[in-house]
Amino acid sequence: MRFLVFAEQHEGEFVKNSLGVLSKAASLGDADAVVVGADAGLAPELGKHGAKVVHVAAGDDTLAPPLPQPRVDVIAGLAPDYDAVLFGQSVLAADVAAGLAARLDAGLNWDLVDVELQDGELVGKRPALQDSVLVEVGWKSTPALALFRSGAFDPKESGGEPEVRDVDVQLEDFSTKVKMVEQAHAEESSGPSIEDADVIVAGGRGLGSPDNFTLAEDLAKALGGAVGATRAVVDAGWYPYSAQIGQTGKTVSPKLYVALGISGAIQHKVGMQSSGTIVAINKDPNAPIFEFSDLGVVGDLHEIAPKLTELVRARKGS
Amino acid sequence: MSRASNFPPPFSTAEFVAEPTDPADERIEVGILVVGAGPAGLACAIRLGQLIEENPDVAERLGEVPVAVLEKGKQPGSHLLSGAVVDPRGLRRLLGSRYRMEDLPTFGLVPAESVYVLTRHTALPIPPPPPMRNHGNWIFSLSQLGRFLAERAEEGGALILPETSAQKLLALHGRVVGVRTGDKGRNRDGGELGNFEAGSDLVAKVTVLAEGTQGHLTGVALDRFGLRGDDPQVWELGVKEVWKVARPLDRIIHTLGWPLRTGKRYREFGGSFIYPMGEDMVTIGLVVGLDYRDASLSVHDLLQELKTHPKIRRILAGGERVAWGAKTIPSGGFHALPSPLHAPGLLLCGDAAGMVNIPRLKGVHYAIESGRLAAEAAFRAFQRGETPASAVASYDAAVRDSFIWSDLYEVRNMRQVFGHGFFVGGALASAMTVSKGRVEVGKLPAEPDADQPLLVTDRDVSYPAPDGKLTFDKLSSVFASGNKTRDDQPNHIRIERRVPKEVAQMWAHMCPAQVYEIGAEDADGTVRVELAPSNCVQCGAITAKGGRLTPPEGGSGPEYTVT
Amino acid sequence: MRIAVCVKHVPEGSSHIDPATKRLDRSGEGALNHFDANAVEEGLRLKGDSDTEVVAVSLGPQQALDSLRKALAMGADRAVLVSDDGAAGSDLVATSRLLAAALEHEQPDIVLFGQQASDADGAVLWAAVAERLRRPVVSQAMELSVDGGTVRVKRQTEFGYDTLEAPLPAVVAVSDAINEPRYPSLKGIMGAKKKPQDVLSLTDLGVDPGEAGEAGSRTTVLALGDPPARGDARKIEDDGNAAQAIVDYLAEKRLV
Repeated sequence: MRFLVFAEQHEGEFVKNSLGVLSKAASLGDADAVVVGADAGLAPELGKHGAKVVHVAAGDDTLAPPLPQPRVDVIAGLAPDYDAVLFGQSVLAADVAAGLAARLDAGLNWDLVDVELQDGELVGKRPALQDSVLVEVGWKSTPALALFRSGAFDPKESGGEPEVRDVDVQLEDFSTKVKMVEQAHAEESSGPSIEDADVIVAGGRGLGSPDNFTLAEDLAKALGGAVGATRAVVDAGWYPYSAQIGQTGKTVSPKLYVALGISGAIQHKVGMQSSGTIVAINKDPNAPIFEFSDLGVVGDLHEIAPKLTELVRARKGS
Repeated sequence: MSRASNFPPPFSTAEFVAEPTDPADERIEVGILVVGAGPAGLACAIRLGQLIEENPDVAERLGEVPVAVLEKGKQPGSHLLSGAVVDPRGLRRLLGSRYRMEDLPTFGLVPAESVYVLTRHTALPIPPPPPMRNHGNWIFSLSQLGRFLAERAEEGGALILPETSAQKLLALHGRVVGVRTGDKGRNRDGGELGNFEAGSDLVAKVTVLAEGTQGHLTGVALDRFGLRGDDPQVWELGVKEVWKVARPLDRIIHTLGWPLRTGKRYREFGGSFIYPMGEDMVTIGLVVGLDYRDASLSVHDLLQELKTHPKIRRILAGGERVAWGAKTIPSGGFHALPSPLHAPGLLLCGDAAGMVNIPRLKGVHYAIESGRLAAEAAFRAFQRGETPASAVASYDAAVRDSFIWSDLYEVRNMRQVFGHGFFVGGALASAMTVSKGRVEVGKLPAEPDADQPLLVTDRDVSYPAPDGKLTFDKLSSVFASGNKTRDDQPNHIRIERRVPKEVAQMWAHMCPAQVYEIGAEDADGTVRVELAPSNCVQCGAITAKGGRLTPPEGGSGPEYTVT
Repeated sequence: MRIAVCVKHVPEGSSHIDPATKRLDRSGEGALNHFDANAVEEGLRLKGDSDTEVVAVSLGPQQALDSLRKALAMGADRAVLVSDDGAAGSDLVATSRLLAAALEHEQPDIVLFGQQASDADGAVLWAAVAERLRRPVVSQAMELSVDGGTVRVKRQTEFGYDTLEAPLPAVVAVSDAINEPRYPSLKGIMGAKKKPQDVLSLTDLGVDPGEAGEAGSRTTVLALGDPPARGDARKIEDDGNAAQAIVDYLAEKRLV
């Protein structure tokens, strides 16, 4: 099976998700990659992750900014040579994949957590209905377009030197109409917003008092994450509603969710149950949260959290 | 001994009666306004649709929007909960010419029935006594029936306005002229959020209150217009679940006895019902009179305990819970009916007016019939030669001539004789013999539920720890009711916040939705009552037991679908 | 100016998949996808008091008219529903084709979409529709303004905030951070019935049945199964070393 992987890069750095998808593709068949808006200098890293051929559509004014429609033009030109075009979920990748689906009348399955070959056919797997069901999906066309959930695959280094090919770019007139006036840069900010955060440290009534929210804040800062709160503590005025996670608050799915003093009532659970890894600290051994956490720690969070924060800081500092 | 009634809530009727304040061109005018899209309100709207079709010249006088029905839930059915085994009389009179019972969303005729007196481990069958015979009655989900009736009402031209609460009665010169709907988009401090939308004055020539149990404006009207009946109204609290089951149940079942205690001082009267809903579902509920005295009594937890009885466990084995809900039922009967059932510009129907036959545990067909009669009275207000006053007054006469009156009159003393033994009627004596006196009876005076002196036992020790499969905690049950109430809104529950501990305990156990919690204790032994109002499923129990429920923002509360 | 807002009628309450058709059971109650309410609100804000027309467009079963009426109650001027049995089961390719056909009829200056549909979690539809309409597209808008013939958008991605501009006609997808949708007033609800509501079939759109529904789709659902297990869960008691144990665990999972 011949795969083309969209290797998303921002300011010269590849998005981890793309590298993971590339590694997976290389394990299933022949994997090539396409890079848009950067030069061939980035190709070796893709080769390392399994790309045999790296198509490069180098940067100029129209291709440098992370805009989707020119990328659709680039990939549409290459796609007919492949059985499947794969993407790692991101705002940009989703727009590219969907535009490509319409351009090529090609099926797109998204939010996939895995893909495999069954009898030579590509089969994707995605959770549905708030992660309560796993659905197997297929394609009725070529190329098959697939968009993979963040963190579905870990990047693996396996390959060697890739062949680099320049792409002859033909852009549609409407593809260049959007202008980037001011572009975001990956910089130190005051911490991610709760919906985008990769790490969330959430506090519940087990914290004991509003002042103890500093325990959650310190740990969040050390881990580079955002702070969340349960409905109970927001109701009690300990933390603002904007941080409330749960059925009547926000739904989040960070890679890591640390729950401090949270019992795990279902109203809270439905707001965070599809988090990648859930670590819960609670002194009540029967707290419902232990039924769905990956690592449950029965203990006093007032002692454990500060120590944990120190250890994380030390580790990151090193 | 503390009584909840010694700690009345901060509530005044005057707060909820007002003159219209919107400028005349902002006021919304409809012909007849119905508050509540339950069986009573929808029957009223359906009958009005029929009358409008038959009398186009009168209909013209109802204006551009002849009939409007306000519903505080997300949609009709969202706040409807009952058993329900329904006497078809009401539905036949309302829909008989166009629909047969089989056309309605019913689970069929009652196939067979049994009554048991339970102890912890045994179930003693007793013959179903006369008031309890359900031959010829039909099994329904009231929520589903509500959705069906709403569709019929809309077909007949009624405008149903869901997610709209009726907050105040609008009155001018002693006459009800409509209602003011509730605001939307206030935060918990009462301030206005970015999308704040003020309520509106909805005016109509006749307003029909069909709000169901503990109807907010009905309570206001009873005081404002002096309509209270001879006896104070009292209530039962029902908590029920719907289960998918592995084996079909072939009969309806009622039980008495365990887990309720028979000792007179506890005053625990009630029983359970288990009804099949088709081949693969069953509904099980426990109903307990709110005049109980033990502050540790929790109907929700007693229902969980009930399910552990071997006979009931077997019915539910291999199944899973798919819904949960709670609602109060007025049980004062005939002597607690409002008198009269109307006020200038206003008609009272259904459960809100206490039209429930407790010995038979039936009220849906009275709600439907009263709604139908209210429609006829209201429509008359628009006929030549009638004044609104005479039209509205004709409602009382019509109700008195109906089966509502004769039925309720017939069982008017049963409550006195059997207390709240609502499942056991004339054959109670034989039941007592067979059960060797485990069923207690006595003559009980009519007192408001909140007047009952409280005692505290350690009854809660026997409540089963929720296992998430057969037994469930309150919070996950609130979730199963579909309740997604917006948190950041004003508290809709009026309650005295500093009370003796046993009163707070009583409220905490009473509430099936875990709204009340015992907070900090003071030096004088009183405690603070903490609230989580967004858990509230608006069952109405708090109003019976010393507080006062008012409607939260429209659209809040449970989203029942099969209850 | 004409603004078209694409909205979806989604199942309410607990959804489940019909094991027979392997599709979402849409027979129960439905409601306006709450993310689309943000798009309707933004369209109404852009309209303000002007005579700009806001048209709500949807693809769905007849019940979708309920959601369209909610948009009308909020203040939209007109509703268009594409409804045809042959359109059931449409995937992204088929849906975007049908919506684009309906939008072509309308020739809007701006097409607005909401964040994603709560039942499909896709966040992909607008890019496909924009492609078919051959219009510029911008997504994840959290601030939006129109000046002359240009739309200016502030949007949020994983990397922070971008500001972009595009000439009209354009397609913009708004994030739920952009606004707080208004509650329809009672007057709005009552006036909604009187506003024009058109229902279009595939024939009205000029779309071949082979291009819609399952026939027009390019993806399939093969099977339903149990959700991915959470892997082996561990529970430990703090004996003084819990913090270290947690760090080791996180390191093992490469989370720290």
